[in-house]
Amino acid sequence: MTIQIVALAGFMLLISWLISNTIQNLETLGKGVELWFLFEPSSYDINQKLIDYSSRSTHLRAAFVGLINTLIIAVLGCVTATVMGIAIGILRLSNNWIVAKIMTCWVEIFRNVPVLLWIVFTMAVLIESLPRPATFRGDNPESSLLFWDSVAVTNRGTYLPEPLFGNGLGDIGIFGIFEISLDLVAFLTVLFAGIFVSNMIKKRADKKQQATGHRPLVWPYRIAVVVIPPIILLYILGFYLGKPELKGFNFQGGVYLRNSLIALWIALSFYTSAFIAEIVRAGILAVSKGQTEAAYSLGLRPGLTMNLIILPQALRVIIPPLISQFLNLTKNSSLAISVGYMDITGTLGGITLNQTGRELESILLLMLVFLGISLGISAVMNWYNSTVKIKER
Amino acid sequence: MSDHSFVRTEMLGSQAPPMMEGSVLGWIRYNLFSGPLNSLLTIISGLLVVYLLAEILPWVFLSSWTATSLRECREVIPLTYGEGTTGACWAVIRERYLQLFYGFYPRELYWRVNLTFIMMLIALAPILFPKLPRQMLYFSGVYPFLGYWLLWGGTIWTPFLTLAGLIVGYLVFNFLNEKRGLLIGTIVGTLLIIFWFLFGVIPVSVFLSENVTPLAIEIVESEQFGGFTLSVIIGATGIAASLPIGILLALGRKSDLLIVKSLCVGFIEFIRGVPLITLLFVASTLLNYFLPPGTNFDIILRVVIMVTLFAAAYMAEVIRGGLAALPRGQYEAGDALGLDYWKSMRLIVLPQALKISIPGIVSTFIGLFKDTTLVSIIGLLDPIGLSRAIRSDTAWNGIVWELYAFVAAVFFVFCFAMSRYSIYLEKKLETGHR
Repeated sequence: MTIQIVALAGFMLLISWLISNTIQNLETLGKGVELWFLFEPSSYDINQKLIDYSSRSTHLRAAFVGLINTLIIAVLGCVTATVMGIAIGILRLSNNWIVAKIMTCWVEIFRNVPVLLWIVFTMAVLIESLPRPATFRGDNPESSLLFWDSVAVTNRGTYLPEPLFGNGLGDIGIFGIFEISLDLVAFLTVLFAGIFVSNMIKKRADKKQQATGHRPLVWPYRIAVVVIPPIILLYILGFYLGKPELKGFNFQGGVYLRNSLIALWIALSFYTSAFIAEIVRAGILAVSKGQTEAAYSLGLRPGLTMNLIILPQALRVIIPPLISQFLNLTKNSSLAISVGYMDITGTLGGITLNQTGRELESILLLMLVFLGISLGISAVMNWYNSTVKIKER
Repeated sequence: MSDHSFVRTEMLGSQAPPMMEGSVLGWIRYNLFSGPLNSLLTIISGLLVVYLLAEILPWVFLSSWTATSLRECREVIPLTYGEGTTGACWAVIRERYLQLFYGFYPRELYWRVNLTFIMMLIALAPILFPKLPRQMLYFSGVYPFLGYWLLWGGTIWTPFLTLAGLIVGYLVFNFLNEKRGLLIGTIVGTLLIIFWFLFGVIPVSVFLSENVTPLAIEIVESEQFGGFTLSVIIGATGIAASLPIGILLALGRKSDLLIVKSLCVGFIEFIRGVPLITLLFVASTLLNYFLPPGTNFDIILRVVIMVTLFAAAYMAEVIRGGLAALPRGQYEAGDALGLDYWKSMRLIVLPQALKISIPGIVSTFIGLFKDTTLVSIIGLLDPIGLSRAIRSDTAWNGIVWELYAFVAAVFFVFCFAMSRYSIYLEKKLETGHR
């Protein structure tokens, strides 16, 4: 008990000492602590944005644009890192000696070199080794567009074809804060409805199999339900691809992925894939050999053994460390500042901080945002973990 | 009795083993071409390896070591090795390797960095390899102060008095611990040390160096530190300091004391929830707000403190895993033997828990060492910061692969060595049961 009181007293003393110092320092500098600066015009531009933003918008909106950019890179990175990590982890266990060795090299090389080095290096390689937009010019250009003249890979970024709609539905404003394309909403609605119906069909087939022992042939219907309605919708909306074109010194049109985004994406997903591969490998090795042998003695083929016996058990071991890798990737995405990608560290913790001179508020807010993202991700993943966890009685 | 013998009278000669068993051919057959899919994989990946080697090896070896700029490299290499050769320009490494290793440390004082590094290896040896004589640990204890003095220079009195303060504080703690109990001992000892650090060390060392003898070597400012020296300083200090703090945090998190527990949980979860870079921002801009007006202490020290706190939170989680993996019986056995909390932790629980968590601890160390590169974002000149500076030099503008390959290779050597050591340690400590 005494220890607790002493610890608490020590902690309180430390905190009050820090706060009193801060107040004293702020007084000397003539600053207060307030958040009104967030509502002043930001007067800087952000080159990568999903929602409307201009230099007249507020600092708060700039921070919001940055937050969206952080989430974009986090989601993109997590998806590719997981796919690559699972593939590499399984291949590393392959019986094929040369494949296993290549994967070991991959894992060791990416794990043992700092992620910041990978990011800066990838950025430098993209800038130095990709063709300049000017080389695409002329009748007999040095470089040409890829994939039937639709993708331009340049040292300023990559231009992808852009989905456009001949008779689109327009945008809808949400609370007057930002706008969402109705076409996208309609497309996603139809797609998810299709997936939902497809799941219903699967459930009915499962029920029938349980009852009669025969599984009706359903996969053509399931694919049709998911694929056909969106295609019809796209046709109705007059869907076409807007290709990037060289105008002046640069490409115009199309979806523009900046090099900073691509470098960050590649580097983060390669780096994290090495860690995920190790997690996957450890998870599979953690399933005891008896399980495989039992499955074989039941007459299951290797593929089915993997899918029905090994993976479901390995998943329980894999998911908790996988969550922390996703968190790491999200936190590492704050290194975007080193290649000039405008994520929330670059907006709120970078330019806003420098322009307003409010270090204290900006950095504390930045920390709070990251804390929120981390807690959010771990909450979602823990919920998922609890659904696959073994139900012990 | 007929002459029917059912027992073989003469043995058959032994046959050669099947060709596919135990021979190189058999190994190839089983490991590379055991089926159509496997053969396809082998062929594809074999071609990939050959292609990569054919690209990389000429680039590495048909190179220039002597040029003075990237332009010169690009001219010299085709002249030497024939038209169309694009070799590496290792000349940039030859010209700048000293900078990449030592930063802007004064050239005539490099021996101090080298000596510190060698002494670090000597100080580490008894910790890493238990077979060495235990007396060497005294050197390991003195080393941080000696290393600090050698690297930053100045009078030896400051680190000496700091060390003396720690030793006296420990003696007072020991004395009071026996006479008055643990709590009083800890409080008085800690307060004594803090008081001595804040108000005693600097005046006394100034007094001693002015009135007795300076015993000083040339001072090197923190701005002159850089390159791998800086990475190793931050990394090694962080590693050494984060393990004990991490152990304390983990014990705090597992303890029954509600307030201590919630303080530890709050700290760990907060640190783990934010990226290191925001903590470094705190070190570079906010720490001045939090400390008494007028204090302005060294940027490297501020960074080391933040990196240590960051790594300690992760360390705490790793060790907590080890503590949780230990069977309850071990804790109960400690209690049943009549050991108090600290003794049962020190003698029974922690040795086993730490052994279980070695892989996690070492990978936290590796992560910490890699994370030292982040200091380039707040403007310190670690290898990545220096690479940026070199690349913006007109002579080397446009160089990418050579420079980053070199930096990456050095980091790889450090990190890979650490991971191999952890595997060695795991095998050595393996007792067959957990």
